[in-house]
Amino acid sequence: MANVTATAPATERLQLLRVLGPAHIWALGVGIVLVGEYMGWNFSVGKGGMIAGLAACWVAGLLYTCVAMIDSKVTSTIAAAGGQYAQAKHIVGPLMAFNVGLFLVMAYTMLEAANAITVGYLLDTVAGMMGHTGLNQKPFIILSIMFLAWLNFRGVLATLTFNLVITAIAFLAIIALFVSVQLGASAVPMDFSAITTSPLPYGWIGIVAALHFGLWYYLGIEGTCQAAEEVRSPARSLPYGTMAGIMTLLIAATMTWYVCSGLLPWEYLGQAGTPLFDAARVTGNTGLMVLLFVGTMFSTLASANGCINDASRAWFSMGRDRYLPSWFGAVHPVYRTPYRSIVFLVPIALIFALGAPLDQVVTFSILSGLLGYTFMTFNMVMFRRKWPLDTIKRGYVHPLHPLPVIVLLTLCAAAYFAVFLGYGTQLSAMMCFYIVASLWFHFRRYRFVRRGDQFTMPWPKPLGY
Amino acid sequence: MAYQPPKQGLAGQVFDVITLLVLTVGALYLPLYLGFAGAAKTPNPIANPTWEALGQNATEAKQWAAIGITDPAAANDIITARFDYSFSWAPLIVMAVLVIGYFVLVVRLSDREYREVIEERFDPKRR
Repeated sequence: MANVTATAPATERLQLLRVLGPAHIWALGVGIVLVGEYMGWNFSVGKGGMIAGLAACWVAGLLYTCVAMIDSKVTSTIAAAGGQYAQAKHIVGPLMAFNVGLFLVMAYTMLEAANAITVGYLLDTVAGMMGHTGLNQKPFIILSIMFLAWLNFRGVLATLTFNLVITAIAFLAIIALFVSVQLGASAVPMDFSAITTSPLPYGWIGIVAALHFGLWYYLGIEGTCQAAEEVRSPARSLPYGTMAGIMTLLIAATMTWYVCSGLLPWEYLGQAGTPLFDAARVTGNTGLMVLLFVGTMFSTLASANGCINDASRAWFSMGRDRYLPSWFGAVHPVYRTPYRSIVFLVPIALIFALGAPLDQVVTFSILSGLLGYTFMTFNMVMFRRKWPLDTIKRGYVHPLHPLPVIVLLTLCAAAYFAVFLGYGTQLSAMMCFYIVASLWFHFRRYRFVRRGDQFTMPWPKPLGY
Repeated sequence: MAYQPPKQGLAGQVFDVITLLVLTVGALYLPLYLGFAGAAKTPNPIANPTWEALGQNATEAKQWAAIGITDPAAANDIITARFDYSFSWAPLIVMAVLVIGYFVLVVRLSDREYREVIEERFDPKRR
């Protein structure tokens, strides 16, 4: 996988094998993101109602289409492991790269915490259904995070391969629920009367507000670009695989919205911890309940596992580049994993998984992702200015530049406003965190960074420097 | 001559690690723990709730029952909870300044660092 480079010591860095095609990129993207269909997205219904939830799903799909176009273009040229982090180092500068690294770490660590919360909540629900109410969720949350961290500590290649299999099962579970309900497997009929009786409970502003959690359907799809160094033909595979992934998720998200909105009252759906499992409960069909229980468990554990993997690699990379104490840049002598980074991030994930509500943790993850998408807009413009089209060979040139940048920036601005509506304090806290961290890096940490090592691409000098 | 960064000792590294931990927990978790942050969604329960009074039709009542909530009173808070989206312009402007200011700060400081990187990378005398 993409992280083989990162796990190798700097002194004996190995060349990655270019073996991946568009289908692998598709599987990688869908695998990271699918958990977004199983939990979190439904808070968009809570913020704006049923119609707003669907509108947010599609508008967020447009936002991520722009993200995929822009990211495919830059990454097919900077075909280096590390994705946006490597892009920021070469195009904007070290402080931006430090921030992008933090975006990745925070987005993935908070997603990991959200996954662990969902595991605890799901087990509590199932225990309640079996007559054991009041299950203590905390041991299961701790166990999930510790077990997956241990797996990552020991080496992760087989685990990530297994991830793809269990993600496929989770994806098929959504389709099975959708088809079964269409064939009349539900004991309780679908009901969409709220669309007419309560179409927009918050008015039009609810549609904007719902965009906040609409991002959750697709958050992380940009992770496909982390595999740029192992793709046979980045110019073809990255845009095709990523766009196919977004189309798949768009279809899955719409099916998820349809089934859940039809089987669950929107007020309940808007605050549910495990909406797809709850929809299966409403059908009264034991087979579907078991399938969606398995799907929820698989998707959350697979996602949490991928999150530990990606967050620790980003943290490790920053340690190796001395953006963080170089102590984090160590590789385990036996397992060849960034074990110190893995261990360091465990307590952070645990603090939020044990002490914060799901919607707050999801919001922190979304905000870090959103900051990363905002970075992509000006990063793209700076890339074109510093190296115009005829100066370096690009793997892929996306059409209609700068339209995707303008659309993405507009949708990002709308998403910030959406978060501000109801979660303004979290937005302030997050911005304060990144501002202080940036000042800390620039005025304290940067003196430990080797300047020339931050630019490794065989490109000409950028224009204007 | 290329820039030679100082070697950071163990104590300095530990100090930086603690700083990062304190920063993460202090800025993100503490506001949640102290109750300063949270979704502005508040329930407005009605007296003597019935499914009809709560705006739920017969099918929706069956759906509530299927997820284990048979008593309308138990669903009262969930159904009546609403976000308050009223806002004044001042906090919105402060928020916008915070977000835009953050990116301006990062890009400007990054550019200073980037110039050093490019100078060292492309100037043969400094490599």
